[in-house]
Amino acid sequence: MALKTETMILNMGPQHPSTHGVLRLELEIEGELIVNVKPHLGYLHRCFEKHAEAMQYNQVVPYTDRMDYLAAMGNNFGYVLAIEKLLGIQVPERVEYIRVIMAELQRIASHCVAIGTNGADIGALTPFLYLFRDREYILSIFEETCGARMLYNYMWIGGLSHDIHPNFVRRTKEFTSYFKNTIVELDNLLSYNKIFVERTANIGILPADTAINYGATGPVLRGSGVKFDLRKDDTYSIYNRFDFDIPVGKGLQGTVGDSWDRYYVRVREMEQSLRIIEQAIDQIPEGDVQSAIPKKIKPPKGTVYTRVENPRGELGYFIISDGNTNPFRVKVRAPSFVNLEILGELCKGHLVADVIAILGSIDIVLGEVDR
Amino acid sequence: MKKAEEIFEILKNEFGDIILSFDKDTPTEPIISIEPLKIHIVSKFLRDNAELQFDSLMCLSGVDDANGKKVKDADGIDIIEGGTLSVYYHLYSTVLRHKITLKVSAPREDAKVESVENIWKCADWHEREAYDMLGIIFLNHPDLRRILMPYDWFEDSFPLRKDFKVPEFYQGMKIPY
Amino acid sequence: MGLLDKEFSDGNIVVANVEDLLNWARLSSVWQLGFGLACCAIEMMATSASHYDFDRFGLIPRNTPRQADAIIISGTVTLKMAIRIKRLYEQIPDPKYIISMGSCANCGGPYWEHGYHVLKGVDRIIPVDVYVPGCPPRPEALLEGLLKLQEKIRNESLRKKS
Ligand code: SF4
Repeated sequence: MALKTETMILNMGPQHPSTHGVLRLELEIEGELIVNVKPHLGYLHRCFEKHAEAMQYNQVVPYTDRMDYLAAMGNNFGYVLAIEKLLGIQVPERVEYIRVIMAELQRIASHCVAIGTNGADIGALTPFLYLFRDREYILSIFEETCGARMLYNYMWIGGLSHDIHPNFVRRTKEFTSYFKNTIVELDNLLSYNKIFVERTANIGILPADTAINYGATGPVLRGSGVKFDLRKDDTYSIYNRFDFDIPVGKGLQGTVGDSWDRYYVRVREMEQSLRIIEQAIDQIPEGDVQSAIPKKIKPPKGTVYTRVENPRGELGYFIISDGNTNPFRVKVRAPSFVNLEILGELCKGHLVADVIAILGSIDIVLGEVDR
Repeated sequence: MKKAEEIFEILKNEFGDIILSFDKDTPTEPIISIEPLKIHIVSKFLRDNAELQFDSLMCLSGVDDANGKKVKDADGIDIIEGGTLSVYYHLYSTVLRHKITLKVSAPREDAKVESVENIWKCADWHEREAYDMLGIIFLNHPDLRRILMPYDWFEDSFPLRKDFKVPEFYQGMKIPY
Repeated sequence: MGLLDKEFSDGNIVVANVEDLLNWARLSSVWQLGFGLACCAIEMMATSASHYDFDRFGLIPRNTPRQADAIIISGTVTLKMAIRIKRLYEQIPDPKYIISMGSCANCGGPYWEHGYHVLKGVDRIIPVDVYVPGCPPRPEALLEGLLKLQEKIRNESLRKKS
């Protein structure tokens, strides 16, 4: 007679050290194997979309900061691009350059946290400390220019809130030359570390067609070997002037699209960001950064959907204007919200401990998942 | 790569009356309006047709159009009666690199739209969110529950509707400031 | 406070007040419940990482409420989360301390007006010892908050408050 077995439900979160915030996962397990994963969201739902409807266009910018709080510059960027497209204004060259540099610095800072916490969850605490040290460097560059460490409210519609600090160029150059060593160090410390590879290679394999069907973007999609980056494929701002590559997962340690590939794509992406910064920093033209800021923002009736490549993937803003001073509707297509959906698919058949590794490699920010 | 006009022509030839209108006067993106109960058929065609190949759904957004009458209900609270709720679909083809925006509108009191979850998987949570925030029912969705708000949030209270009133208390906690 | 200043110079006996001794022990190892809520949690992480180093004040994150002494409420408390926070708070053994970090936890922060799903201040559900303002507070501010909490513990008394 066959033994009667039952699956067990295990709750993970919302207070769990490795869920990167307040995510609750309902794991259905059979012994140690995952049968099903059901994420429960909304523990950080802060009503962004309602706020956006109640505020004037320029007042929404600080709220966009607070969605993906690890990549506030990128969020500002997407929002102001959307409104500028709706208004049909052209921003000065200087603004474009500064925006790109800021967004790329932010990408490095954000990947530092993503990689650091991914390692820390699996048990490698040292890279976490190293990366936070270097992230602090970027934050101090930001702080010098815009006065805040994390949430900047720096990019305004048609311009920037301040011009860059006189030290900015020098310190950014110092940073780029310094950070290259960190990446080498990181590769030695974590990327090819036997334990780390064992924990992540061949774990949570995401095939390319599934990734596209699930709408995955960013490093998650590129880890599966799809060369798709909005900076190149649907280029915006002045990204087409720079020379950079799009790293994709190649399955160096296991199969294409496993957790290690997603991790590795992030590391290589930081190098490419450095390349962009190095090209841009010498070309910043002179000029005023606020000349194009409109006094009263009243876009014409219409809709706009813009998307930018945030550290976590495609950040889209869908904005409807009814011709008033407030947006009629702002919908955010948050990259982590969409990427998180794959989690169930990826975890099936793996061990409970692998859920952590997979979740870390997807790299979610709950502020953006729940908005 | 196809222009929006061409895509509209293809759809019109294939489906005829299901395709309601083509709005190309908007400043940034043309919009094709479709019958809400036929959207899944059109979507499947859009995904599988060799000329179109819309393999990725970028965004799905529910919108309260607020185009009904503003009236007072029995307690003297302003509500909106009539009008429509809409859903916008932003599609993209990673192969052919073209985009298109679709729109469906359903009456506010009985907003029912066919689900496209089995065509693009990522529609799943987007549709749950649209249901949660606006009360749009997606027919044939496998798991239509609230997603961001608590599961035991007040029935018929949809935060992003324009006539939403913040409740006073939830589980003994005061909500307004 | 002079417990450690009185070195073991003459013999190995230290004379101290029970109250002082208990308070000293308590304040120098405030173990916090390691959990973050929102943007402020990232600043809390930065505070405990290499640059600011929370550990030197004896504050170590513990992952279960049963081993913790304090919670740092780092971020926006939503209605859905509030119930869980209350439960976590109840699971911490006495004495327990709460630091409310950031405007959101203090009073709703930027979400005070239209936040239909935001609890306007964590003090509506659990008692708070120290409020740290800022959006997000700088790590230095959080350290100051911790010092204030230590100050408070130092002045505690074993006698029942009447
Ligand atoms: S106080 Fe500011 S930084 Fe802190 S959680 Fe609230 S919005 Fe985020």
